[in-house]
This record gives sequence, C-alpha cells and structure tokens, in this order.
Amino acid sequence: MYIIVVGGGRLGYYLLKALLNEGHEVLVLEKDARVCKTITDELGSVCFRGDGCEAATLAEVGTGRADMFVAVTGDDEDNLVSCQVAKHKHNVPRTIARLRNPQNAALFKKLGVDVTISTTDIILETIEREVPTHPLTHLLTIDEKGLVIVDVKITPDSKTVGKTVKELSLPAGSNLALIIPSEGTARTPAPGTALQAGDQIIAVTTPDSEEALRSALGGV
Amino acid sequence: MKILIMGCGRVGARLASLLDEDGHEVTVLDVDTYSFRRLPPSFRGTALFGNGIDEEALKKAGIEDMDIFVALTQGDNRNVMACQIAKHIYNVPRVVCRIYDPLREEMYSALGLETISPTKVFSQLMREKIEEPDNNK
Repeated sequence: MYIIVVGGGRLGYYLLKALLNEGHEVLVLEKDARVCKTITDELGSVCFRGDGCEAATLAEVGTGRADMFVAVTGDDEDNLVSCQVAKHKHNVPRTIARLRNPQNAALFKKLGVDVTISTTDIILETIEREVPTHPLTHLLTIDEKGLVIVDVKITPDSKTVGKTVKELSLPAGSNLALIIPSEGTARTPAPGTALQAGDQIIAVTTPDSEEALRSALGGV
Repeated sequence: MKILIMGCGRVGARLASLLDEDGHEVTVLDVDTYSFRRLPPSFRGTALFGNGIDEEALKKAGIEDMDIFVALTQGDNRNVMACQIAKHIYNVPRVVCRIYDPLREEMYSALGLETISPTKVFSQLMREKIEEPDNNK
C-alpha cells in the first residue's frame, strides 16, 4: 500500500518506521527542513519537505494514487485541512486524522475524514482502566456499526447484585457478551445468570446508550 | 445583525469597529487579549478571550444566535476549521472565511464556504494600479 503521513514529529516518525517495517511504501510530509533532513539521513528518501495542506505539494507526491492518508501533526486544524484536501482534491479512499481535542471527532467525520484518533482519549481510557473504582471503561469502538464495547464493574453496593440477567432493564441495542467473575472462569451470560459483586461485564452497546447501560448495570 | 469576528488583528479590529459604527451587534474573539488594544475606545461591542476552533469558546461567544461569522486569523487552516464548525455544527446563516492560499481558497469555495483570498484580491488590485495609464501626468 502507498501511505502518506503528514507530520514528521515523534508520532509521525515512529509511525513511518512501523509502516516501513510492515513493507508498505510510505512517505512523510514535513515542513521543517531540519526534521526532514534527520529522517532522510536515517531512513533514506522517505521524507518530502513541504506543506501537507497544500494541494500542489500533495499533487507532487502522487497523492492521487495513495491508498491511505494519515495526518498526525500536533494541530487539529492542520490535520483536518490536509485530510480534506486529500479527500476532495485527490480522492484518497481512506483518510485518518489525529485529534488533540476529542470534541472534534464528530466535526471531522462530518467533513469527510474517515477515521479520527484522539490521543487524549486513548490515554484517558487507559488511565481509567487502571482506576479500580471506575464503573465503565471503553474497550473498543466499532465506528462503521455504531457500536462500542465496554467493560462494567459490578461493585458491592450496586443495586444489581443478586439480580439475574433477565431482570435487568438494559437499554435497547445493548447486550451482555461476557461475565468475568472475580473468581472462576469467564462465562457467557444466560437469562438466569445472577450478577455477583466483583463481576466484570463485557457488554456491547451504542455510544448513546452508554450512560443508560451504566446505570442499568451499576446503578447505586 | 449579530456578528461574530474571529481574530482581532488589523483587519479584524477594523472590521469590528466599522460594523459597530454601522449599528451592528459585534463580538470579537481572540486568543490574545493584548490584541484588543487595536479596538478603538468608542467600540461598543464585546471583546472576548477564546479560541474559535474550540466549540466551547464559540458557544460562550454566543455562536448559536449569530447571523454572521467571519474568520480573520492569520492561519488559513484555523479559519477554515472555525468556519466549518460555524456552518455545519451551529448552522450560522452566513459564514465568511479569509484564506490566503488561493488554491485552498478555490477548494473550500467549491465545497460551499464563502471565501475571500486577500492574496488574489490584492495582487489583482496592484496589477490594475500598475498597468493603468497614469492620469496625473
């Protein structure tokens, strides 16, 4: 695959290395001559000096035949614009933008960016998972289907302790996929399975019903 | 009319005071409060600290009730992003965007933004100035 990466900062640099290792044809676009030279000195001619937001630069590096376009500069607005130019001027099938401000995700999707990655959110989720009392954590978002997979902890003071799965009033579109008890092996929940304090529940839901699912399962 | 101007540079401040003189309700947004020094003492509008590409800041500036949004920061991309937020998220009836880069200006104009490229306008103006016969001689 031909992949263009905009931004040769730390993220762009390690991304470039990883993608090269996987055997892809990769080109990094970087405005700063010094950064560009460092990359070229180490990895060969895989870095092009230029502004990844300019249609002319993107034409010069053959963006029209790129399979994927990844914008990972530190500025959301630059990532948005370069993805839009790639999409609308050069018809790149898949554009990916890094976000600093997680709130921008909806806007970027609306404006033609295929995938957004919020580094802030990823770090936050990982930290939340490490906090033992946190009732709900994100495990995975499946954008195309509008689904999220979450992890809910049943605490001793949850109202649902002792209730069976069929007694729960789960929001529409939410399903329990797996129950991991504090002791013993994980099992698929049946309608008659009773929830115990300390259970960890893996559930599939939609982004909108997340809050409802949390209170249906962990409500105190 | 209620007008929100993002960027209180020379153009932003001047436009704000002109529109204020015309009797419009003007709010100016800038990430540097020092730039508000450019507004004349007679300015009756609102000068607000905030980043126009941040939805919360835009909300605080009252974007939901605005009739017009104008983006006049130094960054083309910042202007483009702010205008798209104003247009697509807050449905501001009229959005005007300054984009220095003529190529980018053409693309966003094709995508439905109302755009002005000072580079294009000013070079055309200069060309006419230079090529016109000198009437003073």
